[in-house]
Amino acid sequence: MTEFTQEFIVGHMNYWLFIVLMMTGLYIVVAKGNLVKKIVGLNIFQTSVFMLYISMGKVVGGTAPIFPVDMNIDPNVVYSNPLPHVLILTAIVVGVATTSLALALVIRIREEYGTIEEEGILAANRSTARVEEQDHGEVMGGPV
Amino acid sequence: MRSLFAVVMLSGVFSLLSALLFVTLDAVDVAFTEAAVGAGISTVLILGTLALTSRYEQPSKRSKVIPLIVVLVTGAALFYGTLDMPNFGDPNAAAQTHVAPEYLLQSPHEIDVPNVVTAVLASYRGYDTLGETAVVFTAAVGVLLLINGLRRRRRRNPKKDT
Repeated sequence: MTEFTQEFIVGHMNYWLFIVLMMTGLYIVVAKGNLVKKIVGLNIFQTSVFMLYISMGKVVGGTAPIFPVDMNIDPNVVYSNPLPHVLILTAIVVGVATTSLALALVIRIREEYGTIEEEGILAANRSTARVEEQDHGEVMGGPV
Repeated sequence: MRSLFAVVMLSGVFSLLSALLFVTLDAVDVAFTEAAVGAGISTVLILGTLALTSRYEQPSKRSKVIPLIVVLVTGAALFYGTLDMPNFGDPNAAAQTHVAPEYLLQSPHEIDVPNVVTAVLASYRGYDTLGETAVVFTAAVGVLLLINGLRRRRRRNPKKDT
């Protein structure tokens, strides 16, 4: 069983803060009906994951992983871990690409349905289904 | 908050603040990208979407209870997952002792670029970066295909716009 000493709580505060941020983003995605707000929530979620990775690469007393220009490296200098930085650098760019694709889909949905609210889209889908059901029911000779 | 414009501006501010956090966590390259791409390009893209759609959110009658339960359960599970994580900044954590020292020690001799992040991104993981540009290209093609002909269709069918 884990003991909640002060050192443990301070050392894990970063993870917990990012979980709170991540859950804020998840709540926006699930609870809000507006598609633009959903995308903003997804961005918050994404940024919290980035922060989680970057905080795992931090070393106490470390500095940014950039050597002096003359490449005379002092062996006593502590550098933070560069690998999470590279990973997240790629993830940020890919994240913007997916965000732009999602926004294009929102524009297309607005064009087709005339709304960007989830409730309006579902209502439009239901009414279309009802009309189709009526049409097919008449053709098949069943009860309308 | 009903005004989507305010939402977008606040998300831009959030992005900029997260870039500051990345600077304090020694990830200057990430901070640079986040400030330029996250706070800049994302905000502009969402503003463009608002201009083409609507600027205000409709009031919703959805129940907030189920999302809250989902979020609390997921958060509790994640909290449980952090309990055996190493402390923040621990130099003996697995992430710091596995392959990261190799990159820091070898890249001055093998690549000879002062910035280790650049050396890993462009040289050790060059294929990965190539894949990333392929993703961005695919997304750009997708956006163009989706948006293509928007104005033409609008002119042909003006009553849908109201």
